[in-house]
Amino acid sequence: MNGKMNGKMENPVEPEGIPGYIPGMRVHLFIPCLIDQFRPEAGEAALCVLESLGLQVDYTPEQICCGQPFFTAGRLDASRRLARKTLSNFRDGQIVVAPSGSCVRMIRHHYGELFQGDPVWEKLAQELAGRVYELSEFLVRVLGCEDLGASFPEKVTFHDSCQVRRGLGIFEEPRALLRRVKGLELVEMNRPGECCGFGGVFSARYPHIAEAIVLDKIQDAASTGAGIVSGCEISCLLHIERHARATGAPIRTLHLAEILASGLGS
Amino acid sequence: MEPRCEQFMNTSRKALQDPHLQEALRSIDANLRTMRDAAFQELPNGEALRDQARNIRDHTLEHLDRYLEQLEDRVTQLGGTVHWAEDAAAARRIVEGLAADRGVRTVVKGKSMVSEEIGLNEGLAARGVDVVETDLGEYIIQLACEPPSHIVGPAIHKTKDQIARLFCEALDAPLMKDPEKMALFARRKLRERFLTADMGVTGANFLVASSGALVLLENEGNIRMSTTLPRIHVAVTGIEKVVPTWGDLSVLLQLLPRSTTGQKLSSYVSLFLGPRRPGEPDGPDEFHLVLVDNGRSRILADKAFRESLRCIRCGACLNTCPVYLKIGGHAYGWVYSGPIGSVLTPQLLRDRRCTSTLPFASTLCGACADVCPVKINIPRILAELRSRYADDPEWGPAPRNEQGLFRLAGAVLSDRLLYEGAGNIARVLYPLIRNMGPADTFPPPASRPFRQSHKRKSRKGRKDAHRG
Repeated sequence: MNGKMNGKMENPVEPEGIPGYIPGMRVHLFIPCLIDQFRPEAGEAALCVLESLGLQVDYTPEQICCGQPFFTAGRLDASRRLARKTLSNFRDGQIVVAPSGSCVRMIRHHYGELFQGDPVWEKLAQELAGRVYELSEFLVRVLGCEDLGASFPEKVTFHDSCQVRRGLGIFEEPRALLRRVKGLELVEMNRPGECCGFGGVFSARYPHIAEAIVLDKIQDAASTGAGIVSGCEISCLLHIERHARATGAPIRTLHLAEILASGLGS
Repeated sequence: MEPRCEQFMNTSRKALQDPHLQEALRSIDANLRTMRDAAFQELPNGEALRDQARNIRDHTLEHLDRYLEQLEDRVTQLGGTVHWAEDAAAARRIVEGLAADRGVRTVVKGKSMVSEEIGLNEGLAARGVDVVETDLGEYIIQLACEPPSHIVGPAIHKTKDQIARLFCEALDAPLMKDPEKMALFARRKLRERFLTADMGVTGANFLVASSGALVLLENEGNIRMSTTLPRIHVAVTGIEKVVPTWGDLSVLLQLLPRSTTGQKLSSYVSLFLGPRRPGEPDGPDEFHLVLVDNGRSRILADKAFRESLRCIRCGACLNTCPVYLKIGGHAYGWVYSGPIGSVLTPQLLRDRRCTSTLPFASTLCGACADVCPVKINIPRILAELRSRYADDPEWGPAPRNEQGLFRLAGAVLSDRLLYEGAGNIARVLYPLIRNMGPADTFPPPASRPFRQSHKRKSRKGRKDAHRG
């Protein structure tokens, strides 16, 4: 997967051809806890995608959690503690890219709120908020790149996670990227933007309701005939996949990054 | 109404197993929700109207004291009487007192959520007053002795067959299959009550401060009956229902029916300006307006929560909520259900049974905020309620073991060694605990986390770089 296998960079897309690319461009890749522990392939794919475009990618294992699950659960002290770590880890002014809508939303919209009135941390929060991007918005809006040279000849349907669509206004970008993947047939669910029912602490507290909600989503996805549900938020995908497996539904999930990395550097 | 929020877990479980309720909820999804969306698609300036409505409500709440005083002034000038009720008990006393004083034996009621909130029917019944709900949905749940399950359609959880059987048992009706025949039957029964009632009690959709007008919307005509036939009309409502002017009302009137049912306008929109005046053919002899606080001014004073009071009770948030559409209204344990119920009930009651359950009965997806005509940011308020519950003794606090669990998780996630260690332990334990409780919500951890394979690759990369 990693284009660096022979010490030679195989770039399907020449960086000079990418509108927003700056030579020697260096970004941080933030791999959140859920991807790290439960779907590392998505992290590897995100790394692969960025490197294939000629970017220098920095990963710091010190970075673990943005603090979002604690924030939404009302545990603000714990959230602040993790937010401070995040702000410290990324304080070098470099762009941060995360294949995670919820983390980006947290940093962009809630870090300022968390540190409101704090003479030091509020400014750092606002500063970081200005240079953190979800993967698909970074590719499409910052780099101006939609065709990465990927190929994935399957029928795919896309789930619009609440944190991504409502939270960040990202809807077109993943679709623009998927439409350029060779062989990929993109089909839409009836309600791609309907919540999958995970909701973090919600599914831990009320799993029976989380299950009832996701079964509707699975049915919607399956009715498209697609065998794969993709998305920009791993927590949704893990929730969908777990229950799809439990009910024998003929769908599996792949993070957008995993599809975009498909067929690259080969 | 006595809250039953602590039953949330059980009631929601039962709700998922109830085929009739599930059928009713699917029909809300297919009909009310779709019709609301279609109505807003049709509006060329829907977004702008919502912004305007939000601003009108915010402005009103900012100056609520002034507008309430203006309202009282106008209503009094029109020949009505304004009563102020600090809480539920005070509100009941006012209406019960009026009933006793005026020799009221029968009350006909238009739908009023506030009257459920204060337990008015029970209070009047205890004093020998016969109270009849005249909104068909309220009539049905009154017969069934059930609480409302939806802000706008209180009997929406009941199927046609359930209602038919209810009519047999409670009204001696023949078993009917045709909903039109059933409605006709109820109409005849209710007509007798309208004609003999001494007092009509309604809520209020809006109160126009500049004119003292009470505004009521309906599709059935029961409000017209309840407010013009009996000799006394009492409107019981929360203090937040005021709008400053007719112009402001016109904005909200464009949004309320569309948000509720997708209608451009309700079948009847009635503007009440005091009791019947000399020379007028219709109307009650007396008009009373009971303004109920019952915790609203406390919400008003709290900047983080004030926007909860913007609500115009349209029910759109219920109809679009993935949680409500699975569990229905009864699980929320009180008068107000769905997203707005999750927000209002804990604030009005400040009861741990409600603050520990309702704010967590949400995925924070934001679908409600997308449809709210007055743009209440319900997910934000829910997150704030969760944080108040966590530490604040007035709202919680959360049980010690829960606090400890979060603190532990926070500690692990902020320390690389602890985190990586925990990950390794989880990988070992997972096959053993896979089918047990909380482990059930987690997927299997990957055999090698990203950080580990990346360490390997970058080490290899460095080796290659040296070689190459």
